[in-house]
Amino acid sequence: MHCSAAFSQAATSATAVPTISGSRHVGALHSSSSSSSCTLLIPSKPINLRFCGLRREAFGFSPSAFTRCSNSQRVRLPSRRRFKGSNVSASLGDNGIPKSFDYDLIIIGAGVGGHGAALHAVEKGLKTAIIEGDVVGGTCVNRGCVPSKALLAVSGRMRELQSEHHMKALGLQVHAAGYDRQGVADHANNLATKIRNNLTNSMKALGVDILTGVGTILGPQKVKFGTDNIVTAKDIIIATGSVPFVPKGIEVDGKTVITSDHALKLEFVPDWIAIVGSGYIGLEFSDVYTALGSEVTFIEALDQLMPGFDPEIGKLAQRVLINPRKIDYHTGVFATKITPAKDGKPVTIELIDAKTKEPKDTLEVDAALIATGRAPFTNGLGLENINVVTQRGFVPVDERMRVIDANGNLVPHLYCIGDANGKMMLAHAASAQGISVVEQVTGRDHVLNHLSIPAACFTHPEISMVGLTEPQAREKAEKEGFEVSVVKTSFKANTKALAENEGEGLAKLIYRPDNGEILGVHIFGLHAADLIHEASNAIALGTRIQDIKFAVHAHPTLSEVLDELFKAAKVNF
Amino acid sequence: MAHLLQTTFLPSSSPLIRQNQTHILRISGSRTRVSAKIREIFMPALSSTMTEGKIVSWVRSEGDKLCKGESVVVVESDKADMDVETFYDGYLAKIMVDEGGVASVGSAIALLAESEDEIAEAQAKAAASGSPSSPASETSNSAAVVAAVPHPQLEKVKLAEPAAVTVGSAVHPASEGGKRIVASPYAKKLANELKVELARVVGSGPKGRIVAKDVEAEAAAAAGPAASVAAAGPAGIELASVVPFTTMQGAVSRNMVESLAVPTFRVGYTITTDALDALYKKIKSKGVTMTALLAKATALALVQHPVVNSSCRDGNSFIYNSSINIAVAVAIDGGLITPVLQDADKADIYTLSRKWKELVDKARAKLLQPHEYNTGTFTLSNLGMFGVDRFDAILPPGTGAIMAVGASEPTVVATKDGRIGMKNQMQVNVTADHRVIYGADLASFLQTLAKIIEDPRDLTF
Repeated sequence: MHCSAAFSQAATSATAVPTISGSRHVGALHSSSSSSSCTLLIPSKPINLRFCGLRREAFGFSPSAFTRCSNSQRVRLPSRRRFKGSNVSASLGDNGIPKSFDYDLIIIGAGVGGHGAALHAVEKGLKTAIIEGDVVGGTCVNRGCVPSKALLAVSGRMRELQSEHHMKALGLQVHAAGYDRQGVADHANNLATKIRNNLTNSMKALGVDILTGVGTILGPQKVKFGTDNIVTAKDIIIATGSVPFVPKGIEVDGKTVITSDHALKLEFVPDWIAIVGSGYIGLEFSDVYTALGSEVTFIEALDQLMPGFDPEIGKLAQRVLINPRKIDYHTGVFATKITPAKDGKPVTIELIDAKTKEPKDTLEVDAALIATGRAPFTNGLGLENINVVTQRGFVPVDERMRVIDANGNLVPHLYCIGDANGKMMLAHAASAQGISVVEQVTGRDHVLNHLSIPAACFTHPEISMVGLTEPQAREKAEKEGFEVSVVKTSFKANTKALAENEGEGLAKLIYRPDNGEILGVHIFGLHAADLIHEASNAIALGTRIQDIKFAVHAHPTLSEVLDELFKAAKVNF
Repeated sequence: MAHLLQTTFLPSSSPLIRQNQTHILRISGSRTRVSAKIREIFMPALSSTMTEGKIVSWVRSEGDKLCKGESVVVVESDKADMDVETFYDGYLAKIMVDEGGVASVGSAIALLAESEDEIAEAQAKAAASGSPSSPASETSNSAAVVAAVPHPQLEKVKLAEPAAVTVGSAVHPASEGGKRIVASPYAKKLANELKVELARVVGSGPKGRIVAKDVEAEAAAAAGPAASVAAAGPAGIELASVVPFTTMQGAVSRNMVESLAVPTFRVGYTITTDALDALYKKIKSKGVTMTALLAKATALALVQHPVVNSSCRDGNSFIYNSSINIAVAVAIDGGLITPVLQDADKADIYTLSRKWKELVDKARAKLLQPHEYNTGTFTLSNLGMFGVDRFDAILPPGTGAIMAVGASEPTVVATKDGRIGMKNQMQVNVTADHRVIYGADLASFLQTLAKIIEDPRDLTF
C-alpha cells in the first residue's frame, strides 16, 4: 500500500476530508515531482540511518538505549492538573517563550513517522512525548501498508494455488483452492492489532510519553492536546499524516463505494469492482480482489495505467498484472459522479473524457474503490497560530523539514515530516525524515537524500524502485550535460527465479557511465520489494558501480539479478 | 548467473542505449515475392540459442505508419521479452502472425508497404499466396508456423457463425433498452477470445449483466449447430487440406503414442445375454440403460479380481486401486471422451443409470470436470450398437485393462444336452497390461463376468 505516515487526531477520519482542488492523483504526482526537484545533497560522511522504527521492536531494545532512558526520570506521567496550573503561566519568560520545557521534543502523531522519530530521539537522550488523537500506528499500521500486506499474502497464495499451469509445471496437484472471507479479514485485522501493540509497547518501554487527544499548536513551542491540556517542548514535529483523497462528486458510503480504509476490512468481496486510480493502492487492491474472484475495472485519469512508474516497467507490469487477469480499464477519463448502490440499483459511475470533458460512459458495478491518492491531514492543527498557510493542505517545509511560514521565513523549532509535508508519501520516508530532524535538533546537521528512498508495490510479482525513472534521468542528464546509460536483465536468466517457476520479470539500472553513479533502479519480478535495498543503500552511501560490482552474491539467489545489472554496466574510466 | 545458464542474453549498455537494447528487424526486399516495394518482416534472432519466438504483442497495428527505429512488435524468446524495431520507414500492411502466435526465426511475421497505396496490394497478395517461401501466410492451414494453440471451442464457434441464427437480447434494466451492453471485464475478455458477439448474449448476472458463464454458454450453444452442420454431410470437409489437431485430438494422439510403451495382450470371451436382455427389458422403463448394466456387471466382477482393477505407472510397482471407477468411452463431436462412473460396484443400478445420463449430457455440452473423465480404473468400449460383433481396444495409459464389447446377436448354439438352440450372445475382448495382469487373471475375471451376466440377479440387488 501507499504507506503513509502518521495519521492522528481525528476520530472521524473518513469524513473529515479536506477539500482539495487540482490533480486527483495528489499523492503520486506530488511526491514524484517534489522528489526530483529536491537538491541532491549527500553529506561528505555517510550517516548511519535507521530507516523505519518498526525494525526495532523485532530485535528488542539495545541495552544502552534502554539504560539511558530509564535514567532520565520520566516515569511520572504528567497529570492534567500539573500542565494547567504551573507550566502555562509560570514558565513564560520575558519574550513570551517558555524558558524551561516539559519536553525536549513533542511529536504530534504516532504513526510510523512519529514512532521512528520518537525512538531515535530517545536514543539521542531527548525527553520525548508523542501526541495521538486516534490510534497508535497511524495509517500504515491500521489502515495501510500493514493490513494490506496481510491481504496480499493471502492473494499471492490463492493466485499460486489457482494457477493450474504453474502448479502442473512444478508437478503439484491441488484441487479446488478456496477461502473464507472472514478468516482472511481476521488475519489482516489481527496483524494490525499485533503491530500496533508492538509499536505502543516499544515506545512505552523506552519511556516515550504517549499523550492521548487531538494535538493543536497554540504558539511557538506550545501544544494543546485533548480539550485543555497544554504542554511545552523545545522542538515540535508535526507528523499528522494523511487520509484517503476523495474527488468531489463521489459519494463514499463505506459499503459499496469505499476507500482503502474500508476495503482493508474486507467486509465483502464484490463480483465486480471498479477501482478509481491505478497507482500503488489501486494496483495492490486489484491483485487482492482478482485473486479472491472479483472482476476489476480500472478508471484512470491519465492516458496510461500505472502513472509514476518507469514506463518500461509499467508496460511489462501491465502485460503481467492487468492483461491476463479479469481486469479491464478506461484511461483518460474522470469519474465525475459515483453513486452508491441503493434500492436494488447498482453503483453507477459517470465518466467524462479527461481532455474534452465530454460525457463518455456510464458504468454499473457492484462496488467502487476510490484510490485516487491521499490528502494531508492538517486541519485543526492550529497552524494559523504560528502564521503558517498550507499549500493544498500540505505543510510547507524546506529540505531539512523545517516549517516555512506565510512570509517565507522558517518557523523556529517546528518541523513537519511524512505525508503532512507531501515530499514523499511513504511510511519509511516519514520515519527517515523524523530521524533526520532528530539528528538536527541534537546538533548534527543532516539532510535526507530522498532519491535514496526506495518504494515498492506489493503485487504478485512485486514492483520496486529507487531514484530516478529513465525519462527523469534523461531530462536531468540533458540539463546537466552528462551521459546516461541503461542496462537491463530478465528474471528469466536467474536460476532461483526459474526454480520457483517465476521467470517473469525485469530489472533495470540507470547510471552515469562517466563516473559510475547509480541514478535509479527499477525491478519488476519475484520479491522485487526485498531486492531493491542493495540499490537504495548504494545510492544512500554513494557507492559506485565500479566498486559494488565486485561484491559477491550467494548463488543461486534472486539477488543475483542485481549482481547481473552491476556487472553488465559499463563504466568508462 | 548468465554463464551458468549458458545464456547469451547479457544486457548490453552504452550511451546509445536504444539501438543497443532493441533489435532491428531484418526486413528483406530481395526475397519477397510480393513486390519490390513491399517488404517482409522476419522473426529476428534475439539470442544465439533462439530458434523460434512468440509474438507477445503487436505494438502497432495494420495500417499504421512506421518510422525507422520505432518499436513494432514485442517478441518473447527463450530468454526474455524484447521490443523489436523496424529498420525501414513504411506502413504495416499485414500482420501474418497474431499475438500469441509462434514463428520460427527468419520466417515472415508481417508485411511492410513502402507507401499507403501499396497496403491493399500487399494484403491482397499475402492473402492470395500460400507461397511456400513464406510459410507464415495468413491462411489458417499453414499452422506449422502459426502455431497458436487453438482453443477447442474457438474452432467450433468459427464454424458456427453462419449457422447460428438465434440472436439473444442483452436487455439490461439500466442499459437504455439494450442499446448499451453491460458485461463484466472477464466476460468481455472471454467474448473476445471465443469470438462471441456480446450483443447476442443473454446476461444472467446481477441486474441482467453478462458474466463469463453466459459467454461460455453462448459459445457452447454456437458449437451445437456446428456439429449438426458437420454431421449433415462430409461436403463441409475441404479435401486435401492439412488440418491441425484440435486440443482434444492432440491429447488423444499423445495418449495413443504413449500406450505403445505398455506390453498388452488380449483375451476374448463369448457371453450369453438372454437373462441380461430379459432383465433390461423389465427395468428399462425405470430409466436403466444397457451401459449402466454392463458397467455394474463389470464392477461386480472386478470386486472379485482386484488385480484386473490395478494400474502400473512406473514399471516398477503397481497399485490396487481403492475404488472401482468404470470409464465408458463416448464418441462426441470432434473426438472421444471417457466419462467415469465412480464406485460403480457400490451404487445401485438406478443411481448409476441416472448418473450416466447426467455425465453424457455434460460430455456433449463439454462441461465435464477433470475428475469426471480422468479417474477411471477400468474402461468399457461398446460398439455393439453399430452391429460390430468383435473388435479390440487400445489400453489407455495409467489403467490396467479395457474391455471391448460387441453386439449381442441371436446365435445358433449347441447346448450341453445335445440339442441345437438359439441364444443371444455377445463377444467381449479385454486388452490388459501384461506387466501386472496375466492370462489366467483375465480368464478368471471373464469367467466371473460371464456368470454375473448370465445370472444377473445381483445387478439389481
